[in-house]
Amino acid sequence: MNWEPVIGIEVHVELMTESKMFCGCAVEFGAEPNTNICPTCLGLPGALPVPNRKAIESIMAIGLALNCEVMPRSVFHRKNYFYADLPKNYQISQFDVPVCVNGYLDIEVDGDTRRVSLERAHMEEDTGKSTHIGEGGRIHSATSTLLDFNRSGVPLVEIVSRPDIYSAAEARAYASGLRAVVAELGVSDARLEEGSIRFDANISIRPRGDETLGTKVEIKNMNSFRSLERAVDYEIQRQIEVVESGGEVVMETRHWDEESGVTRSMRTKEGSSDYRYFMDPDLAPMAMSPQWIDEVRATLPELPGDRLQRYIEGGLEPALAGVLSGSNKEMRDLHDSAVAEGADTREAANWVTGEVTSWARRHGSEDSEIPLTGADLAGLLRLIGEGTVSSSAAKEVLDGVLGGEGSPAEVARSRDLIQITDTSVLESAVDDVLAHNPKAVADYSSGEHKIVGFLVGQVMAATQGKADPRAVNELIRSRLDGS
Amino acid sequence: MTPTTIADAGRRLRSGEVTSVELLDSALAVAARTEAQLHAFLTIDRDQARETADRADADLAAGKDRGPLHGIPIALKDNMTTRGLETTAASQILSGYVPPYNATVVDRLAEGGAVLVGKTNLDEFAMGSSTENSAYGTSYNPWDITRVPGGSSGGSAAAVAAGSALGALGSDTGGSIRQPASLCGVVGMKPTYGTVSRYGLIAFASSLDQIGPLTRTIEDSALVLSTVWGHDPLDATSYPGELPDIMSGFGRGVDGMKIGVVKELSGEGYEPQVESAVSAMVENLAASGAEIVEVSLPSFDIALSAYYLIAPAEASANLARFDGIRYGHRAAGDTTESLMSRTRAEGFGPEVVRRILLGTYALSAGYYDAFYGQAQRVRAAIQEDFARAYGQVDALVSPTSPTVAFAAGARTDDPLAMYLSDICTIPSNLSGHPAISVPIGLDDQGLPIGFQVMASALAEDVMFQVAEEVERLAGFDKTPSLAEVAS
Repeated sequence: MNWEPVIGIEVHVELMTESKMFCGCAVEFGAEPNTNICPTCLGLPGALPVPNRKAIESIMAIGLALNCEVMPRSVFHRKNYFYADLPKNYQISQFDVPVCVNGYLDIEVDGDTRRVSLERAHMEEDTGKSTHIGEGGRIHSATSTLLDFNRSGVPLVEIVSRPDIYSAAEARAYASGLRAVVAELGVSDARLEEGSIRFDANISIRPRGDETLGTKVEIKNMNSFRSLERAVDYEIQRQIEVVESGGEVVMETRHWDEESGVTRSMRTKEGSSDYRYFMDPDLAPMAMSPQWIDEVRATLPELPGDRLQRYIEGGLEPALAGVLSGSNKEMRDLHDSAVAEGADTREAANWVTGEVTSWARRHGSEDSEIPLTGADLAGLLRLIGEGTVSSSAAKEVLDGVLGGEGSPAEVARSRDLIQITDTSVLESAVDDVLAHNPKAVADYSSGEHKIVGFLVGQVMAATQGKADPRAVNELIRSRLDGS
Repeated sequence: MTPTTIADAGRRLRSGEVTSVELLDSALAVAARTEAQLHAFLTIDRDQARETADRADADLAAGKDRGPLHGIPIALKDNMTTRGLETTAASQILSGYVPPYNATVVDRLAEGGAVLVGKTNLDEFAMGSSTENSAYGTSYNPWDITRVPGGSSGGSAAAVAAGSALGALGSDTGGSIRQPASLCGVVGMKPTYGTVSRYGLIAFASSLDQIGPLTRTIEDSALVLSTVWGHDPLDATSYPGELPDIMSGFGRGVDGMKIGVVKELSGEGYEPQVESAVSAMVENLAASGAEIVEVSLPSFDIALSAYYLIAPAEASANLARFDGIRYGHRAAGDTTESLMSRTRAEGFGPEVVRRILLGTYALSAGYYDAFYGQAQRVRAAIQEDFARAYGQVDALVSPTSPTVAFAAGARTDDPLAMYLSDICTIPSNLSGHPAISVPIGLDDQGLPIGFQVMASALAEDVMFQVAEEVERLAGFDKTPSLAEVAS
């Protein structure tokens, strides 16, 4: 039988607002346990939540960037369940009126673009963190559990796709595309390894051509895009094997084990849990006015997909456009401003993604400011184009500019890298070399045309590399052919 | 003779006739003589109170006047958090719990120079109408110590009636300020929802809970309210707009006002003496120039049922945090789950358990719409009925409680009979409107009868105007025998 996998992905994004979702405590990764806490995020008797406006604006920005509709009115609900690291034993979340609904994200897999549709993005608060002490660090074998409430109440955005993803590669492309958008917005660290962005996948299979969905399994604990792809792949194969050997897929949550490369059953879900959602009476419904939505929209940066499109339309081939688009903002801005100063987009992109990037790497300043303006880069490219410096000398010029020695023209002059453009000087140097190498001249006459390379090298040496090798080559050939 | 009202005490403090320390000593002396019988307080912090009173005297001597409650002994229901002072909500599960922060009202009382006498008894987590559900023992009524003071703010009402405080704060979710005020012969007032911050009030039902004053007089009620109310950024349901000028109607009477008598709040279940006292007062109001009309609010007949779904539903989530993990009582358990469930089984009293179960059930999948959803629709209908009524009249009146104070133990085995105690007060909680209970006399057993005045949202000025006329017409100046013995 031919099976079709159907995948939906839930993404949790931890926002990096200054303060938590419902209190004034700092949001800080890696602080001493239980230092960023207060009556509200500890669930002390009598304490109340007050929503963080900045967090609401962040989810609005995420929703707008993912082509969602921002609801004019949205409501917080209580999701009731008991857990030691959930201080109130209910989580403030959203139920039937989330902030954002109905969006999409375009992804590219094997050169084809696909549109993955999104159901919703809603706002909620994070829980505290449990650390189980004892054998294996698992809850069942633990002798005690330590609780850290620093994370309790940190704003979380949950983004839920529709079951509209059909392969492990698509799942990976969706996840990385979504991460890129969130990172671009600057609303989250979006680091998988720190858990500030987390992906869970719901996977089912069905005979290709069927419309109904099969029984879904939720998989968790994927800490990289690669492990997400592997886990999804594994789970699809596992389900196919289960069904083809006459079994049935059980609705459950499975844990991805990175080392052994398998998913393991965590708990079986018998029907859906009853969280007894009801509107949180401590929080009035939120009103998102069209004016507020427009204000947030106006703050949106250029998104990765739009940027790639712009570079391609500007004349870059897709591969180079992709490399540039994926570079950091410093590098992209350098390219953009060099082009604004009159540089050719391809040349600028090549230099930015090549020499400039490798300089930044060598100097360990990949994310910090590069001491090079767009005008400098455009000036350097102009020197090359006019033949004032050779391409190889240009790398030295760049090094000098980055080293703070001055503008490209100044560095070319002070480092004595300007090409000889005076024909009479070149001609006399060529004639001198030809006169001193009669054997080479004779070899050329007898058909050994490769010898020109040797002669060009001699001229370059005689001019300390300041001659334009192309011009020297032409001059030698015309002298030898004409004589 | 020591002053018995806040207004009088304030005048005499400023004229130098009494000191704050003397007022406190007098309150503490009453407590010392009456507490064995009343058990109005769970905690009395003499040293802290003495220090505050000393400072109040010093400040006043230095010309620093903090307002109408400056130097006044005030009691606080023990479901409002006090930094450094045990706060239990009368529950075993919070035994020994000392909060690290003050409720907003506590800060406002402190800024206003009030002297906190102590924390008063209540039904556990404010769930009850008699203060018999306290894990630390029942409170009794100063008018007859074989009877209940009402509840859940029974300790606050008993303390004010006996004179062990000149005023108190209570909380009112379904009548918990007004009903005990009625049963103890004092003034009890629930303001418009959102006008007094709930920050630091241990939640029972968040959409209904409201803090308000218990005092001897209407004027005192306004003085306490003006000190504690106003917008609080720590409470997202706090009202940010302008508040009414509550004293503006004082002394103006009711001439030309239109007052509605609620048809549904009479008849079966209402004691004849309560009904006749209320009717007599209505006639007096007419004689004072008010136009009296009978108003029907049909949804009131189902208000009690809706309340007993909404309040327990919210409570089931609000009380989930008491699990023994971070504070309060903790039972031993082999696993986290058993620790939590044993803590809750040991820590909560039977009425609290009943309401948590009721609320959990009402919110469960498959039952939500029939119970919680339906109750919300009834709540909307009540709000519509009120809106229609306030389109016709300035204020509504009724008894506060169908009965006078009942005997201790009389209703403890019959939750439904107990729940009926709040039949007149619950509608104003469901609508969020202000309402006040004013004592208008004693029945032939010498037990107080309360008269309720209700008004529209933020119409506290109208409510106080009518209530003040009721107070004047009633001329109620009796004090309970226990207090007389004491003074």
